[in-house]
Amino acid sequence: MAVIGKPKVRGPRQAVAKGSVVTMKTLIKHPMESGLRKDSTTGQTIPAHFIESVMVEYGGKTVVNATWTGAISKNPYFSFSIRAADSGPVKVTWKDNKGGEFSAKANLKVS
Amino acid sequence: METGNKQAMSRRGFFQKVGVTGVAAIATGSALTALPRSASAAVDSIVADKLGAGSVTMAKVNIDTPSSADNGALVRMPVSVDHPMEPGNYIESVVVLVDNNPQPFICQYDFLPEAGKAEFECRIKMAKTSKVRAIAKSNSGKLYGFEKEIQVAAGGCVG
Repeated sequence: MAVIGKPKVRGPRQAVAKGSVVTMKTLIKHPMESGLRKDSTTGQTIPAHFIESVMVEYGGKTVVNATWTGAISKNPYFSFSIRAADSGPVKVTWKDNKGGEFSAKANLKVS
Repeated sequence: METGNKQAMSRRGFFQKVGVTGVAAIATGSALTALPRSASAAVDSIVADKLGAGSVTMAKVNIDTPSSADNGALVRMPVSVDHPMEPGNYIESVVVLVDNNPQPFICQYDFLPEAGKAEFECRIKMAKTSKVRAIAKSNSGKLYGFEKEIQVAAGGCVG
């Protein structure tokens, strides 16, 4: 069974200026099976198992919300931007179609 | 000696010609497969379904990725929208579509003005060479788009 999970969120290590736009990077292990692929030995369809939504929470708001399908590559990398307002956690939550839920956060320091 | 030279020349000439026409054939072939009316219209209707109907202005959006990909299972998809992100004037959603995929709708991103910039990067699967579109919607309902043909050497169904 492939490894699933190990969510990671990375942001700038040093404090950033208030109001600046910073890039955050995320990574998670997931097979991202589309449900369209067939097992080459048995000929049976491999059931779909992919991340459906990715939610980015910062400062009490869902700043970015992603809807994914099986057409996102496996072990998906995802980066996004946020405007630094206050020091605090940037929490990212991944949810897959089989009820799997993973989350990770990075602390953003704002000077 | 002379004939040998001539032969070598003509052989080279032959391959050059084949090379050129071959490339041309691939180019026209992909243009034909990428834009069958029905498939293109189907993708248009997905856009209308996700973001609402309206004419798409081809501006402001950019996909900063090479026009050829070695591996269809892993195609970089960095999208940015050059638009202010202030309360009352911001990009609400961006969708990514691949015309020739079995399921053209790939992903959708919804933003709040707090994002600072409507940009993201993810990696997508592409079954074959196709037109890729990124369509953005502002909070006032205006649609902006960008499309690009990406050549895929090996399909992404194995990924």
